[in-house]
Amino acid sequence: MEIWRLPISASQRGKLISAGYTSLSSLSSISSSDLARELNVSESEAMNILKVASHSRGSETSNASCSIVEGAQSAWDMLHDEESLMHITTSSADLDNILGGGIHCKEVTEIGGVPGIGKTQLGIQIAVNVQIPNDFGGLGGKAIYIDTEGSFMVERAFQIAEACIEDMSEYNRFLRKDFQECKIKMQPQDILENIFYFRICSYTEQIALINYLDKFLSEHKDVKVIVVDSVTFHFRQDFDDMALRTRVLSGMALKLMNLAKRFSLAVVLLNQVTTKHTEASFQLALALGDSWSHTCTNRIVLYWNGNERYAYIDKSPSLRSASAAYSVTARGIRNSSSSCKRIKMM
Amino acid sequence: MANKLISEIPLPKSIANVFSARNISTAKDALTLTEFELMELLDVGLTEVRSALSQISEIVAPPYQTALSLMEQRFQNEHLGGHFPTGLKGLDAALCGGIPFGVLTELVGPAGIGKTQFCLKLSLLASLPTNYGGLDGRVIYIDVESKFSSRRLLEIGLRSFPEIFQMKEMAQEMAGRILVLRPTSLAEFTQSLEQIKVSLLQKQVKMLVIDSMAALVSGEPEQGARRQQTLSWHISFIKSLAEFSRIPVVVTNQVRSRNHDDASRYSFQVQSRDGAIGTTMQYDSHLVAALGIQWAHAVTTRLVLEAKSGERFIKVAKSPISPPLAFPFHITSSGISLLSDDGKEVMGPEINAIHCQGHNEIINFGMEGLH
Repeated sequence: MEIWRLPISASQRGKLISAGYTSLSSLSSISSSDLARELNVSESEAMNILKVASHSRGSETSNASCSIVEGAQSAWDMLHDEESLMHITTSSADLDNILGGGIHCKEVTEIGGVPGIGKTQLGIQIAVNVQIPNDFGGLGGKAIYIDTEGSFMVERAFQIAEACIEDMSEYNRFLRKDFQECKIKMQPQDILENIFYFRICSYTEQIALINYLDKFLSEHKDVKVIVVDSVTFHFRQDFDDMALRTRVLSGMALKLMNLAKRFSLAVVLLNQVTTKHTEASFQLALALGDSWSHTCTNRIVLYWNGNERYAYIDKSPSLRSASAAYSVTARGIRNSSSSCKRIKMM
Repeated sequence: MANKLISEIPLPKSIANVFSARNISTAKDALTLTEFELMELLDVGLTEVRSALSQISEIVAPPYQTALSLMEQRFQNEHLGGHFPTGLKGLDAALCGGIPFGVLTELVGPAGIGKTQFCLKLSLLASLPTNYGGLDGRVIYIDVESKFSSRRLLEIGLRSFPEIFQMKEMAQEMAGRILVLRPTSLAEFTQSLEQIKVSLLQKQVKMLVIDSMAALVSGEPEQGARRQQTLSWHISFIKSLAEFSRIPVVVTNQVRSRNHDDASRYSFQVQSRDGAIGTTMQYDSHLVAALGIQWAHAVTTRLVLEAKSGERFIKVAKSPISPPLAFPFHITSSGISLLSDDGKEVMGPEINAIHCQGHNEIINFGMEGLH
């Protein structure tokens, strides 16, 4: 019964079925005035139903000139898209390596870890690095930072922005030795101006904001990354109904994925950690449950290994599981110092 | 914002009527349901549901600010750009000015290490006028274990700021700004929190100290997961209090012994256990912070006070701005003070470890001045 799949109200559906229209083809030959009479509805309403039905039908008929299923893309075309995708560097070459160049655009990446491991630091670094201009291999875009916990510190963002600009001028000087006057015109204040900061105080505001981003992004088309720090906080407190929480979370994840694909931007979700009882022992696991762990495209876990901070690719459709060391310095996220020593020795 | 009534949102009349007929009165009710659930419930088409949801979302979503305007606003309106100097120079330098406004700062350490002493000093500092480095306002001190000693507070005041505290009226004025609450149960604490919210709205209170959070929760009969849930509401509420009133909130936490339930590894780490376990064991002290990992995520700055080989250290274990530094400190009649303003950088997860070695000698030494 294809009528079930039509996006019309329940009462209209009920009327169609009781009048005997159970398939889309039965609606193809009737006029709107006849339908209005049969269903006992107004003519405009009947016209609406017929329009919706023909739209659904149109997407199912095969059309020789375009693809077999409307809206699909062949894998070969997608390969071209994937190769031309830009990445957002994390400022740590080792981390960028295991990520295949950096944080991918058009994908949702979840990053989780224990308190103090550097999630917010990585979030701020990404919000700054997305603004690296095209000449330096960056996206030259703006950032949206959604703060649910109040952990965003402007002074730290300023520090990281300053260090980023210094690195860019260093790179400039290294590369273009003959041009003395190639000073970067960017200032840390300019970088801070391109970070749109939202402070969320409840999960309702979180849902409302994700809904509103659709409109916001159509007005600000140069936003290339959305960082949510953290996606967990409000969902751990108020929910008694776990099933509702799962539904709300998956709805939110789908909308974010939609935004990522439509506007070609990267979505970075920072997550917290909880303990899970598995196989007679307690282990650490990312929060929000098993259903949530399916919803994100990529999943990176930040953890302590000895004295070093490591990042591990827990889940990714295109990257292999690997870990890399990184460190949090006064200038932001950088390669771990032990790896630098190795390079010096070589 | 979440509890905004649908009736106040400018929606087309027809759909507004349907919402109220189905008892969906607040934005929260509407946004928690998925699009299809709403279609079923309200008996309207997808396009109408979508447009109603987008209008509601636009109203409920918070406005944005660029990070630059946030910084400018903070530096213009707030004391030192939103930081409260503690008087410990090395610590203030590391924390970029002092204890940050609007977020939770936690002090955790074993018993008798100096957490309450630190809180007393901070309360005193906050009540002082701004030219002495204070916030010139009231302080609410929630004293769960009856450790607040006003005699000790005045002694600290007299030794650190003799010019103010030698005058009886000034001492009375300053001490009069510190309001001490002694809730005997979690329920009473919850009630006081609601009252505190009202007085915060009147902008007279400049700092909130809770000493100690762990004692409140440990007195409750529920165990394990239920206890976490009770705490969740309080964490959320205190954070929102701090946030909208933009005041520093200092909370103390206790320690407990590590038990076998404490997880420290992920599932992908378990395989390589044999190699790594040797090195990590030496860093695992037998003490961990009470209140669990959810609390550890909720605090923005964590200061660990510990005793190691007879010396006391205050370590910045978690901070968005400071590197992991440890400062040696001691407690004198004028309160807590650093022995050195140059912090020693601590590598790795050692910064989170809480040691309690050689502690007993310190407790017995110099006990006279501490009552």
